[in-house]
Order: sequence, then structure tokens, then C-alpha cells
Amino acid sequence: MFEEPSHNDSLLMHLDPRIKIVAVFFFSMVVAILNRIPVLLCAWVLGFLMVFIAKVSLRELVKRLTPVNMLVGFLWLFLPFTFPGKPILYLGTLPVTHEGVLYATKITIKSNAIMLTMIGLVATTSIFTLGHAMHELKVPKKIVHLFFFTYRYIHVMQREYIRLANSMKIRGFRAKSNLHTYKTLAYMIGMILVRSLDRAQRVHNAMLCRGFKGNLYSLKTFSINKRDIVSLVLATAIIIVLGVLEWKTTT
Amino acid sequence: MENNDLTIHLKNITFSYPGCDPVLEKLNIQFQKGSKIGLMGPNGSGKTTLFHIIMGLLKPSAGKIEIFNTPVETENDFRKVREKIGLLFQDADDQLFSPTVLEDVAFGPLNLGKTKSDAMDIAKNTLDFLGLNGFEERITYKLSGGEKKLVSLATVLAMEPEVLLLDEPTSGLDDKTKETIKNVLMSLDLSYILISHEIDFLADITDSIYTLQSGAINYDREIQVHHHVHAHAHGAYEHEHD
Repeated sequence: MFEEPSHNDSLLMHLDPRIKIVAVFFFSMVVAILNRIPVLLCAWVLGFLMVFIAKVSLRELVKRLTPVNMLVGFLWLFLPFTFPGKPILYLGTLPVTHEGVLYATKITIKSNAIMLTMIGLVATTSIFTLGHAMHELKVPKKIVHLFFFTYRYIHVMQREYIRLANSMKIRGFRAKSNLHTYKTLAYMIGMILVRSLDRAQRVHNAMLCRGFKGNLYSLKTFSINKRDIVSLVLATAIIIVLGVLEWKTTT
Repeated sequence: MENNDLTIHLKNITFSYPGCDPVLEKLNIQFQKGSKIGLMGPNGSGKTTLFHIIMGLLKPSAGKIEIFNTPVETENDFRKVREKIGLLFQDADDQLFSPTVLEDVAFGPLNLGKTKSDAMDIAKNTLDFLGLNGFEERITYKLSGGEKKLVSLATVLAMEPEVLLLDEPTSGLDDKTKETIKNVLMSLDLSYILISHEIDFLADITDSIYTLQSGAINYDREIQVHHHVHAHAHGAYEHEHD
């Protein structure tokens, strides 16, 4: 999901990234513990609203939602049959339970709602702005560094993978279901790991040579304006309303 | 007094990678301020290892290192060394880790304790000096090979080192980028040691060329101008070779 932000000019793009992170974080927390379907549906609609305001193209949306929903698909394969509860119908001899279907539905809506807001966030903020904003929000340094380096070197690793894959291809390697294939693939994965480790060592050395003492500095300065404050208040209000709706109906 | 100009002094340095024969054996080097030295040698002869020992990235198994007439041993000693000696790595992807060019070039100065705005100024000036204006917000991993190399050089120069260690700065570069690097090095009032396999390049911009072979350094005699007789098609026409 970490690609360059879509270069559109949306309202979300101009918001202070710190506010976006905080809002998405608390939104996700609340949605994760929601339990009532109507409230969950509200959250889902809100997610779509975010994506709509962020002007994410449909293609991008589908591309980013697919992996999550593949996972959710697997849950649908098992949960309705294994979750204990009242059977509502039988597939052959397998009972499908009411509680299982309900549970799977909730997970589907939850994960999609959270993912949608994440997409809205990532699509309107460049990766290094996100990193710097995390730093400003006092996220532990190590996590921020990890975030930066993952982004920077995932491309280098991908290039290394492509190089290895190509060198296998030009020597006639075709993946089949036999021991030779498994061995070769294992070698390749091992090679990528070892090379990454070497690479990490060299990068660290290069950083030491430039006086690295454990700090990454940001050249960006963030400033909060009126629009940011209004958005923060609005986001907080929405999150609280979601929480209250859940709490009111459970007591 | 002559001793004041002794920048890098290696005494009887021995180094071996685990489980291998020593790469460097009782190596002695005296590098004077103002020298511009080329270093050649076969692959695996320990050229890069030598640079890494000078920077304190590898620890020799025996021998003493003195830099600017001060013995250096601990990581703390080497921290100071790294402020004065800049190392340009062989692979630019190892050197550039920040998302944008400007941030990467400003990283060194910031580590030296410069303020944000000073670091930005230094970074911008260095980029200008290398003809890289307009590169500030470019994404480092999306640069071409030549651009990456030049930006790496900028990151090292931004620390205003007294000595440069350049590890094959021109390998894999086109003629235009090579020319830029050559011009930059010639216009700088810096001492440097340059590893390269390209004899012409070394001859142009260094005072003397040494070779590193079987763990020891040999001095290659002073550079002599000489001609080669050669033959090829259309050779009858007056022409020049690069």
C-alpha cells in the first residue's frame, strides 16, 4: 500500500499530517472494538466518505482493498462453520451458524472501514511526511527509523529479487512442483536475506561515516492552522459519537 | 615540523576476514596533507578494506592507526576522524538513505551540530556546486546511476572534509558524469585517495599511483607520457582517441 500519494488536490492533502494520523489512529481503535452492526455500518460509510474526499481513484481503491478482502475471504471459509452457535442452514452435513455469519460480517465491515480510512490517509500524505509527522507525535525513534528504512530499501530489495529471478529465468528455470524448484526458491530467499543483511551493514557504515549518532533530523516544520483545528474537532466528535452509539445500546 | 602534515599514518596494519588469509599484512601508509593519490589493485586485494579500516568501520587485528597525529582506537576516536575524512562508498544505494536529496545531503551537517537552516544552506550550496540545482526534492531511489553517484558525492562534500576517500567513484558511469566528477575533484583544494581501475582517470587527477597487491602497497613510478602504436580500419585519417 505504500506508494507515492496520488497527486490530486484534495482537502485532505492540505491537512496537517499529525492530525490525520491521530484521527485515523483513534478511529481505528474505536472501530476495532465496535460490536453493533448499525454502528459498524456508520463507520464503513465514514470510511467511504474519507476515500471520496481524498479523491482516490476506483482502480487504486480496488487494488488496495483486494489483499485485505482476500484475507477476509479466508475467514468466511471457516468462521461460519466453526463458530459455535445456532445452525441456520446445512451445507451437506456442515452446519452454518448464525453467530458465525454475524462474526464474519462484523470482521468484514471492521477491516474494510479501517482500511478505507488508512487508504484515505496514505493517498493524501507522502511517506516521508508521514514519518516526520510520526516523529513530531513522539512516536519512538526506532519505529520511525524502521518506517523510513523499510520504505527506502524495499525498492532496493525488490530490484535484487528481480535480478535473481531474471538470472534464474535466463538459465531456463521454470517453477514446477518438485524438489528442484523448492530448493532453488529456498536458495533465492536465503540469498535475498543475506544480501539484505549485508546491505543493512553497509548503509549503517555509510551513516556512521557521516556522523550518525542515532538521530534522524527532519527539515520539515509543521504548522497548525484554523482548518486543521476544525478538522480535529470534527474527527474527535465523530469518533466520540461512534463510541457513544455503541455504549448506549449495549447498556 | 614536517610531521604536522601527516594526515593518515598506518603502522603495521594486519587484517583478515574470519576464516580467510590476511587481506592486508603489516601494511604501512603515510599520507601527507595535500596529496592526491591513486590506488589500484586486483579485485579482492583489500582496497575497500583499507578505507574501512581508516574510517574505523573495520578493526585491524594488529597495528596502529594515527590520524592527524593522534592515535585512534575506540569508536569515539573514530567519530572525530569521520568529521574530517569523507568516504564515498562504491554503491550509491548504500549511501543515500533519506527519502529526498536535500534531506540526505543535510544529514551530515546536522550530525555535526549545524542548525536546520545552516544545514539546508550547506546542502543547497553543495548541490549547486555539483551542478545539481533543482534536485532538492527529488526522491533518492528514483535517481539514475550517475545522479545517485553525484548526490552521494554531495553528501560527503557537505561535511566539508579535509580528506576524501573515494572508492571507485567512476565505475559504471557514463563519460559525462565521469568528466563532472573529474572536474569537481580537480577544483577542490582537498587531499584524497582514489581507488579506481581506470588508469587514464587516475593519471589525470592524481599525483602518484600506488598498487595494492598481496597485502602490501607498492609505489608505481611517476607517471610518464608515452605513445602507443596501434592499427585499425580508417587509421590513415587523422583522428584522436579519448
